[in-house]
Amino acid sequence: MRLQPVGEDALLLYLGDSATAATSTRVQAAVLAIESVLGEDLVDLVPSYASVLILYDPLRTDHLHVARRVRGALHNLHDQHAQAAPAPRCVVLPVYYAPEVGADLESLSARAGLSMQEVIDLHTGTDYRVYAIGFAPGFAYLGEVDERIAAPRLATPRARVARGSVGIAERQTAVYPSDSPGGWNLIGRCPVPLFDARAHPPMPVSVGDTVRFESVSRERFLALGGDLA
Amino acid sequence: MSMTVLQPGPLSLLQDSGRRGQHRLGLSNGGPLDAEAFHYCNRLLQNPSGCTAIEVSVGGLQLQSQVDTWISLTGAPMPLSINGEERTLWEVHPVSCGDIIRVGFAASGCRSYLGVAAGFAIEPSFGSTATVAREHIGGLRGERLQAGDQLPCATVMTRKRYYLDEGDRPRYQKMLTVRVIPGYQQRHFSRVAQRRFFGSTFHVSERCDRMGYRLEGPAIACDIDGVLSEGICGGAIQIPPDGQPIVLLNDRQTIGGYPKIGAALSLDTARLSQLVPGCSVHFAAITPHTAHKALRLAQRFALQRPLLERRP
Repeated sequence: MRLQPVGEDALLLYLGDSATAATSTRVQAAVLAIESVLGEDLVDLVPSYASVLILYDPLRTDHLHVARRVRGALHNLHDQHAQAAPAPRCVVLPVYYAPEVGADLESLSARAGLSMQEVIDLHTGTDYRVYAIGFAPGFAYLGEVDERIAAPRLATPRARVARGSVGIAERQTAVYPSDSPGGWNLIGRCPVPLFDARAHPPMPVSVGDTVRFESVSRERFLALGGDLA
Repeated sequence: MSMTVLQPGPLSLLQDSGRRGQHRLGLSNGGPLDAEAFHYCNRLLQNPSGCTAIEVSVGGLQLQSQVDTWISLTGAPMPLSINGEERTLWEVHPVSCGDIIRVGFAASGCRSYLGVAAGFAIEPSFGSTATVAREHIGGLRGERLQAGDQLPCATVMTRKRYYLDEGDRPRYQKMLTVRVIPGYQQRHFSRVAQRRFFGSTFHVSERCDRMGYRLEGPAIACDIDGVLSEGICGGAIQIPPDGQPIVLLNDRQTIGGYPKIGAALSLDTARLSQLVPGCSVHFAAITPHTAHKALRLAQRFALQRPLLERRP
């Protein structure tokens, strides 16, 4: 564990060096512990793969005071908060896998030496963990993708990736929550909105949840409100 | 009851003090790039702090008022006129129904804040009206202002005609020293690289926006290409593989994996955001303790300069 000031209102807590499920569990437990110990002095938290960014109000407190309280709270982290943590949800997301909505499905299959169906089976055959949320509102980084279908980011990112697009980058996968530029390999499209500012909660998943993809037909995709454009 | 946008200029955005506590959804802060000028805009108008105003980048905004109220323009010196008559910045002016408010282009600096008495009445999203165009969140439609937009605001009869003494107004210069708290991957930058970063002159590049200011100067080498994506605080200074620093501002993404050498003091990112391409920047290292003292001093003095009252 390493805790260092990184800005005038921020401390960064490192809980490991790699993206593993065990580290991610520690991140989640730390989030709960930090929230309860800092209370009103906490402005925001950014949990990620192996770290938590802690933002505080520098006019109310300082980094030494925050660090002392965070260290105290993490000292006996293991049991206490691991049990207090809410049980992670398992969210199933439907995906229409096809070249018409997944521009890289064919090239990714060819590179992997697999048929498109095998790529789909491998992508739907894994339970993914939500490691982090960022890049854009509602963008959830999911891991880990079976190494047979892992693929590097495109050399030139696309100017526009359609909302709902399902992509792979290295051993991560994600659903683009809105139209945006992007360099991930696109293999399909999800009709369920991943970010809706008017919904409560605005996202169907949060960090620590499990996501499983389910292959659906073109008709089912359209019936669920999917958009082919 | 509103003001109508006749011409929006290249980039005018509704902003309050910014979105807080929503990073876990991936939402950035937004909010005014120059928090000091924004603060004075509301303070002069006797508004509660953080009321929604318009951040005008570069200039070129024209509004028509449909109400009797008061306005104030603070920040970069953009010529202000009401019905063609020139008005001073950093001062409260009355406007009447039908009046045309024009904000010209800045002689120096590049952000100003046009506020109205009681603020623009905009529906908040995620607790804030701040427009983050990249996220399509806040403001009227999650976008910059357009001609024809109606900005709701109230009729306000009485306001003191406060102004800020000329000697107390910030001066926006073409050179700036940005104080930096070293941190993040600092130890992955060699002594030579750090000396180069803190000892060189950088220039603001053409690629500067509300997400970040990209600077040009000697390349700063880092031992590593990237890190596991981690949270990015305001002012964080990212060094991508080309070695050209990017100071991340209000509309930055919340997590990222480029190496960072530290984070700039918010008081200085406010001044940085007033620089236009070609202006020069130096960096100076400070401790978190010094940063906190500077913030407290600013809160106590720089933001509390006495307001004078214009009497008819």
